[in-house]
Amino acid sequence: MKKTILAILMVLPSLAFSAGGKIHIDKADFDLNNKESLQRGARLFVNYCLSCHSAAYQRYNRMAEDIGLTDAQVKSNLMFAGEKVGETMTIAMQTEDAKVYFGTKVPDLSVISRARGADWLYTYLRTFHTDESRPFGVNNTTFKDVGMPHVLWELEGMKKLVNADEMSEHPGTAPKFEQVSAGEMSAAEYDNAMRDLTAFMVYMGEPAKLVRYELGIYVLLFLVLLFLVAYPMKKEFWKDIH
Amino acid sequence: METIMNMLKAFMGWIDARFPATKLWEEHLSKYYAPKNFNFWYFFGSLALLVLVIQVVTGIFLTMHYKPDANLAFASVEYIMRDVNFGWLIRYMHSTGASAFFVVVYLHMFRGLIYGSFKKPRELIWIFGMFIFLALMAEAFMGYLLPWGQMSYWGAQVIVNLFGAIPFVGEELSIWIRGDYVISDATLNRFFAFHVAAVPLVIIGLVVAHIIALHEVGSNNPDGVEIKKNKDENGIPLDGIPFHPYYSVKDIVGVVVFLMFFAAIMFFGPEMGGYFLEHANFVPADPLKTPEHIAPVWYFTPFYTMLRAVPDPFLGVVAMGAGVVVLAFLPWLDQNPIKSVRYRSALHKLNLTVFVLVFIYLGYLGVKAPEPVLSELGLRFSEVYFVFFYVLWFHSKTRDAKFSYMSLIIWMGLFSLNDFGRYVEGAGELMMMGWFIPGVYLAVMFLAPLYTNLNAEKAVPERVTG
Repeated sequence: MKKTILAILMVLPSLAFSAGGKIHIDKADFDLNNKESLQRGARLFVNYCLSCHSAAYQRYNRMAEDIGLTDAQVKSNLMFAGEKVGETMTIAMQTEDAKVYFGTKVPDLSVISRARGADWLYTYLRTFHTDESRPFGVNNTTFKDVGMPHVLWELEGMKKLVNADEMSEHPGTAPKFEQVSAGEMSAAEYDNAMRDLTAFMVYMGEPAKLVRYELGIYVLLFLVLLFLVAYPMKKEFWKDIH
Repeated sequence: METIMNMLKAFMGWIDARFPATKLWEEHLSKYYAPKNFNFWYFFGSLALLVLVIQVVTGIFLTMHYKPDANLAFASVEYIMRDVNFGWLIRYMHSTGASAFFVVVYLHMFRGLIYGSFKKPRELIWIFGMFIFLALMAEAFMGYLLPWGQMSYWGAQVIVNLFGAIPFVGEELSIWIRGDYVISDATLNRFFAFHVAAVPLVIIGLVVAHIIALHEVGSNNPDGVEIKKNKDENGIPLDGIPFHPYYSVKDIVGVVVFLMFFAAIMFFGPEMGGYFLEHANFVPADPLKTPEHIAPVWYFTPFYTMLRAVPDPFLGVVAMGAGVVVLAFLPWLDQNPIKSVRYRSALHKLNLTVFVLVFIYLGYLGVKAPEPVLSELGLRFSEVYFVFFYVLWFHSKTRDAKFSYMSLIIWMGLFSLNDFGRYVEGAGELMMMGWFIPGVYLAVMFLAPLYTNLNAEKAVPERVTG
């Protein structure tokens, strides 16, 4: 009987969840072909994300090659814990420890851009705000009650949410913030930095993205050529069939 | 030059004395006479064969790097995507190929439906085809578990739990299928075995049977005329042309055009907006975290809607299964002697159009979360889907007024009875509105022949046209 109930619950998923969940999402508008943007994103990623989050499928030297750096550059600027360039971006923190520190598992970020989408990431990174009720004193309007602290606060400074009521009344309303304390960056600089970080994570989610468009054009051109041969050949064979 | 030709001839003679190579070549290609009037819809058989080859070949390369282990599977797929040379291309070919297979097969089945290719003497071709379709669904379902993402895991969980709804043996059965109480490493290993060995063997065997049966009776065509009825003095059908070279060169054009679409998706949008590769499947499987919305991949969604349309889990499973199986009975349901839609009535054309639109709409509903209005629509269009097969039988010949009205009353009575059974306070209005969906459909299909000449059929020509 229990199994049957379970089965029903699984056949009708999301019935309970489908109501709310409308969130305002900003467009990331990044450029994957901009190697400098990817390099800046990589620097932000290894400095701010890679101590708690891993990117266990991303190799340092593959990243170097793809974003236009040498192994030596990566070694001296983007690697801090004595790893080898052929290794992947793992971290020292254990899953069990993470549960104690943050109350949840910390997700690996290798393919997070493919699960969440670039626009979501870009929005999420820019919607942290003060909230005394949370353990780290911050909350996020894109991912409510997230366990993650605002690790980028020294860049962005701290903001407070000013239209919480309006947002709960009209789901999908864009959040409005007021700067509480200044960071190293202006709001526009911070947006650009997050665009770089998003671009890097999109690259990391699928390194093939840097090559597959170009290859695709060649393959399609080849197929067009093949068509220009195949179609007249068919015509030639069929001209005596009425 | 001449000596080379003679040597080749001698070589073929040596082979033919031991293996019927020339005989097979002639029977199935160079002297297999196909109707000369194949149109666009006749590309999809050879394309299905092409996709099968793509899947087998890319599948072999994927197995060289994939690890069927709950702890390693997700990472091994990412390893293929990153560290294997052109691994991403092989994987996208395989994932795009899975969806392409269903696109091509659905269009191939639609061809059979409109030109009556399932009718006598081609019933067995259709039946073999239905078995291929079933095997293909099993193949796709088990293959989808292998990347071990959240949708892989929870999709499999949902589908295997469906077996648990079968009375008495259900729970034991689902445990037997999984090899565990939940989807686990044991399930992954056995699904891998089925996906890469057992089911492909079955599919290839069935495809061979499908083609042998086809070549025994000969191909149908858009006019639904038997070309073997008009032969020349050598016994060659007057409207037939050898498959090779005529259709081999024509199919090459079809293959090139198909590959353009295939490549465009594979290189420029392999996720196809989340329909070919679901976003949630880029999160590793987590048995403790149910995703908010579990949607099957698009090719299963019409049948998934039928499952959800029925509140009782067991009857839901029966409805979903029946939705597939009922197609196998087409040769005995549609008894109208006219094969091709070209010479059938306007009403029949309308009926087929409605069926296709309903099937697509059921697919759309299957990816949506079940809100009340959409659930009601899911039920109503499922009713239309099933009653379509009765209508097909009904249109097989001219029916009198009494039979037509009785049909309408009995079917709408059954649907109304079901509505009384599921009535809850406040749902009445929606139910009433929905009632008109099968109501209008059936009224038109059953009564139009009595009062209009929409049911008028055309004379079938003696020879193929065009």
